[in-house]
Amino acid sequence: MRRLWPALLPLAFLGLWTLAVEQRWVTEGIIPSPLQVARSWQRWIFGSPVKSLSPYSGTWLAAVLYSSRRVLQGFLLAAAVGIPLGLFVGWNRLVARLVDPSIQLLRPVPITAWLPFAIAVFGIYDASALFLIGLGAFYPIVVNTTHGVRDTNLLLLRAARMMGAGEATILTKVVFRSALPSIFTGLRLGIGIAWTAVIVAEMIAVKSGLGYVLWDAYYVGRMDICVATMLSVGLLGFVSDRALQLLSRVVLKWRTLEAHA
Amino acid sequence: MADAGSPRVSDRAVVELADVWKVFDKSGRRVEALQAVSLAVARNEFAAILGPSGCGKSTLLNMVAGFDAPTRGRVLFDGDPVRAPDPRRAVVFQEPALFPWYTVLDNVTFGLRTRGVPVASYRARVEAFIEQVGLRGFESHYPAELSGGMKQRVGIARVLVMEPDVLLMDEPFGSLDAQTRSLMQELLLSVWERHQQTVLFVTHDIEEALLLADSVSVMTARPGRIKKRIAVKLPRPRSLEVTTSPFFNDLKREVLGLIREESVKAAAYGPETG
Repeated sequence: MRRLWPALLPLAFLGLWTLAVEQRWVTEGIIPSPLQVARSWQRWIFGSPVKSLSPYSGTWLAAVLYSSRRVLQGFLLAAAVGIPLGLFVGWNRLVARLVDPSIQLLRPVPITAWLPFAIAVFGIYDASALFLIGLGAFYPIVVNTTHGVRDTNLLLLRAARMMGAGEATILTKVVFRSALPSIFTGLRLGIGIAWTAVIVAEMIAVKSGLGYVLWDAYYVGRMDICVATMLSVGLLGFVSDRALQLLSRVVLKWRTLEAHA
Repeated sequence: MADAGSPRVSDRAVVELADVWKVFDKSGRRVEALQAVSLAVARNEFAAILGPSGCGKSTLLNMVAGFDAPTRGRVLFDGDPVRAPDPRRAVVFQEPALFPWYTVLDNVTFGLRTRGVPVASYRARVEAFIEQVGLRGFESHYPAELSGGMKQRVGIARVLVMEPDVLLMDEPFGSLDAQTRSLMQELLLSVWERHQQTVLFVTHDIEEALLLADSVSVMTARPGRIKKRIAVKLPRPRSLEVTTSPFFNDLKREVLGLIREESVKAAAYGPETG
């Protein structure tokens, strides 16, 4: 019973959903039943792309790989720029006064609002998608890194200085290490936004990946595929977040010890 | 400039404060923390600074460490003005201030690694110090896994391995329980008697100051001045038993009298921490 407890709510939801479709509480033919979604999803994953009549048959993995690769590339790009920039902004007042206002001004512009600009500049190519994903993930990473750096304990800085540490050593061995928990918070927020951004970008700016499938399926009235896509994205987002969490637990081993002390 | 006015100041002084003033600007209000403080610590001397909380004794130590600059006057180390922190002036803080992401061993060797000292040249020394402060077997533990006393011992070991010219200690046992505190005092005595390092030790605990130090400079309440410097002519090696001797009690009575005047004054002014 205890094991089933977390599954209770999803099962109840599936039951209600099935009931709603069978009892025709929702318009017939528009919302598919869970079973229909499952069947379509299965065919989408395992079906043969050649023999089947459905254009989606057997293309799931390819779509997932397209989207995952874009998320990974955009996310790594955002981390590669966001973490060092956040370190400098948090550490150096001059850099902060130079860069921070621009970041804060651009941050409220929603990632969706950048779409026309991205397409105009980068065209209907991967670069558009990478730009949107990278930009979306960049903000939480840079903001949280900055915040983590500014939170560094003054006493630890003094300790490092009296032991002869120079600026470079302090930045890499003390400030960065001390900011890592915050950086991981930024990374986790960032990868979440990256998945949002990849779907938006693929709906409009490129012709492959889960976002493209979602929009395409919507146009041809395949709500079953739409729902399967939604669930796929949710699953991938969950897995990538878990992977980051696992990584942080390894890297921040000292912190889990602190929590138990 | 030779400070000919003070008889204690000699060429052998490692740390020297000459007419040091420190004024803080606390949200527009001028707060005088230190007033005309002059002090010299000779090589191999264990000098204690004793004062009520908020008397500016930590400020004084921070200036010797190079974390803070005097408003007026000069802070000299080996005859040169102190400008920045330096591994020759190592600090033990009241909080252990260990790097929580490093193991005990990595914390202890931080100063050596930072300065690029080759591992082979310090391994034996590090092992010896870890042994001396009773941390053997805990080298790969993280600070979070240690008790308060053990953390503070790491804080002491990490500066001892650097073999600094001066050890600056800012109420290092202030946050420990009474029993651990006594153990740490004995440990410091035994370590100090072996290495005879120059120490500047800040505390508000009279017995601690008298037990450990060769000289005790009693400070006044804010603004902090040095009221009197007392030589502690107790034989070494010392142990906790010395605190029950009649001579120790005479010294204690004298210091107590000085401190009491100051505490009364501090209460009248309204004390501030700092």
